[in-house]
Amino acid sequence: MVEKKKNILCKTNIAFSFYKASKSFTSALPVLIGVILLIGLFKVYLPSRVISSIFTGELLRDTLFGSMIGSISAGNPITSYIIGGELLKEGVSLFAVTAFITAWVTVGVLQLPAEASILGKRFALIRNFLSFVFSIVVALAVVITLQVIT
Amino acid sequence: MKIQKENNQQKNHSSIIFSYLFLCVSISVYSVFLYVSPEKSINALSASKNIFISIIPILVFVIFLMGISNLLLKPKKVSKYLGKNSGVKGWLLSAIFGILSHGPIYVWYPLLKDLNNQGMRTGLVAVFLYNRAIKIPLVPIMVFYFGIYFVGILCLYMIVASLCQGKIIDILEEHRSLKQRTKKI
Repeated sequence: MVEKKKNILCKTNIAFSFYKASKSFTSALPVLIGVILLIGLFKVYLPSRVISSIFTGELLRDTLFGSMIGSISAGNPITSYIIGGELLKEGVSLFAVTAFITAWVTVGVLQLPAEASILGKRFALIRNFLSFVFSIVVALAVVITLQVIT
Repeated sequence: MKIQKENNQQKNHSSIIFSYLFLCVSISVYSVFLYVSPEKSINALSASKNIFISIIPILVFVIFLMGISNLLLKPKKVSKYLGKNSGVKGWLLSAIFGILSHGPIYVWYPLLKDLNNQGMRTGLVAVFLYNRAIKIPLVPIMVFYFGIYFVGILCLYMIVASLCQGKIIDILEEHRSLKQRTKKI
């Protein structure tokens, strides 16, 4: 009898945990769908060749541009590696390319509404701002370290 | 306690309103593009559909993880491993979980919100999110394009940057709660 009660209690706990999880996820779904819709638009209206045409050859400006473009870009990181590889071939500095691929994966301007809505506006803004700054710092540190050790 | 619960409910309510508003804005933007350039917009819609289909397994996995975490992780446990006094263990766990997590960043927000509500430090949420940038399955592709030294150094600096970011966010949070407490007094 006691075991039966325990079993029922355990099943109720499991059901409640998953109900809570799905409820919490459903409330985030409209923003997620909105973000996915915007990413689709972005992919079609801003193809990679448009991105490569922005770099000019000026080291600091390109690094900043790299971070900025990486921040507003979205999609699979492989795309950023491919674009980064192509940019290197075209003579864009490693500083700019590193800033670009770092910002691509750490800053999410397109995902910002979802992040702000779910994790809080203040947190999302501070986190993305810091990630943007760190993408430049990491780019500088990586390239300087590479230059020292190779 | 009651006031905190009410505040949370109010926050949830406004976040639900915001999420529907955001969806409406996204649909409106789409409608404008559809009117201006129907062919391109249909391509964009198909790209969005493909993204959505590709993330369905991850969404299911995240809901499963959320269910498991609701079942097994009680606030006491969460604050022990990821809370204020979690120390180095907390930093390490968040960084490792961030590196091991898969899929788009936004599918992890609800789980992190739940964990944060149960006592996970905000700085550790940031550490998790930053470390998602390190994708182990994609390392070979990165090495192909940029070389092994570049990838090794980049990953190392990204982990360091994630910890710095987490620490800064924790300091800002502490500063904010201290300010709120002094205001109340």
